[in-house]
Amino acid sequence: MDRWKTRVWLLGGFGIAFILLILLPPFLPTYLVSLMSQSLIYGIVAMSLDILIGYTGMPSLGHGGYFIIGAYTTAILSTRYGAGFGVTLPASILMAAGAAALLGLFALRASWVYFLMITLAFAMCIWGLIDQWVSFTRGENGISSIPRPFLGIPLNLMKPINFHYFTVVAFAVCSSLMALLIRSPFGKTLIGIRDSATRMSVLGCHVWLHKYLAFIIAGAFAGLGGCLFAYFNRFVGPDDGSLTQCMEFFLMVSIGGQGTLIGPCIGAFLITFLKNMLSVYTHRWLMIMAFVYIFCAKYAPEGLIGMAKRAVRRKEVLA
Amino acid sequence: MNTSGRDASGSALICRSLTKRFGGLNAVSQVDLQVAQGERRAIIGPNGAGKTTLFSLISGIHPVTSGSIFLFGHDITRIPSHKRAYLGLGRTFQITNLFPTFTVIESLVLACLCLHRSKFSTFKPISRYRHFYDRAEEVLETVGMLEKSGQIVKNLSYGEQRQIEIALALVSNPMVLLLDEPTAGLSPAESAMMADLIHKLDPAITILIIEHDMDVAFQVADRITVLHRGEVFEEGSTEEIRQHKRVQEIYFGTED
Repeated sequence: MDRWKTRVWLLGGFGIAFILLILLPPFLPTYLVSLMSQSLIYGIVAMSLDILIGYTGMPSLGHGGYFIIGAYTTAILSTRYGAGFGVTLPASILMAAGAAALLGLFALRASWVYFLMITLAFAMCIWGLIDQWVSFTRGENGISSIPRPFLGIPLNLMKPINFHYFTVVAFAVCSSLMALLIRSPFGKTLIGIRDSATRMSVLGCHVWLHKYLAFIIAGAFAGLGGCLFAYFNRFVGPDDGSLTQCMEFFLMVSIGGQGTLIGPCIGAFLITFLKNMLSVYTHRWLMIMAFVYIFCAKYAPEGLIGMAKRAVRRKEVLA
Repeated sequence: MNTSGRDASGSALICRSLTKRFGGLNAVSQVDLQVAQGERRAIIGPNGAGKTTLFSLISGIHPVTSGSIFLFGHDITRIPSHKRAYLGLGRTFQITNLFPTFTVIESLVLACLCLHRSKFSTFKPISRYRHFYDRAEEVLETVGMLEKSGQIVKNLSYGEQRQIEIALALVSNPMVLLLDEPTAGLSPAESAMMADLIHKLDPAITILIIEHDMDVAFQVADRITVLHRGEVFEEGSTEEIRQHKRVQEIYFGTED
């Protein structure tokens, strides 16, 4: 019975996603379509961050760092060396994963607030490096006119709608991989570590190694998101890895609902759309965002998904 | 793997002058312990005697300050805790910290995984690993909880959670099992059931049990070690300890 119900929910979710992301875009203004693409890219990064926050219990603020490493790797390789998608994608992933592998050696010695601080410090180092190393990264000017990738198929990715479908495919692949990951034995050990690390250790699990691998995997996906973002925006600047950006990834996860994959995606859509829509109407959009965050912290501490689940359960109890 | 490296002397576990210092506090000091294979040994002692710390040293949760630990003749003093599980050591915890969001069977499958290479697998859902489920069901049957296998752990009663606690430790087929107060917080009836469960476990398993409930300790154990202020105060058969005047004093205070 329960299984049947989850299937209905899942099918409904896929249906809505299909209509919104695939059927609707041709009829929408370009601006909205590009916001959707952006949300999908941020969604990938937020999901990967949730592998750390929600599944392994490691709240990290460093995801902006991997994201911008991926973005700059793609930007520099494609503008300066004319590298294609087949080079920039693996390069971005490897660079970000490598950075995570290095940081993990230090960061995993800490936990909770200390872990938060050390990952944030890392992201700020990357941001500072990109901001200051003008000869290599062009500093504050950023890197512009990044060419869209050529995939070897007759699909002009310069057109927003085509690029949108490209991100939809990338998103589908990434979210499937991550869904597989959290259902796999490895994913289950991560949840076990979150809930009871000493017990996992006594049961024969090398806790540190599993955390370390999760840390690298999450970094790799964030790097991939950065690569897509560079192609999407066609411009990258230091601000794409700023403190605000790091915080935003974190907020996407906690507002959407940690410990789920759909939650961070909803968070990514909500924050991206709100931010862009509000800033059209008022300069005080940050204030409104702040109220949204406060509202969520007060009334949906487990995120919107958590709130929805609770509402459904309450209805079931009453019925 | 679990049967290799048995000591010729037949001792499953030996601790030699085991000491753990937390700052100025000697939580465990100069503890010598020798437990024969298949023996049931109760560790008793008043609060703060260092019983749980001793278990944490044996299971590798805390590094030892000095002294050494041998499991079937292997020196495991510096071996990390997850590797001790491979050598046949299992333990339960005094404070119930299970995997609350998992179902009973999923928790046990997770425990199976931990000793298996496929814990690193990322491309196959856990539900495909049938042999882990078979093993998990086998263990659930041992502890008499097979009918609860589909329930979420956090929805179980406290007594049932204590049973899961034991089941998790049994999954790996441990040769030496450390039980940290399995009856803590249980009603007398539940305690009796738990004692029964422990009593019925495979006699080949060497069991060390920390117990406050003297009825359970006397029922389950062959020998008893009394810890007091981190030191071994007395050791003997259950009957000797029961009669021992000084042990009674530690527990109940002197009569004058």
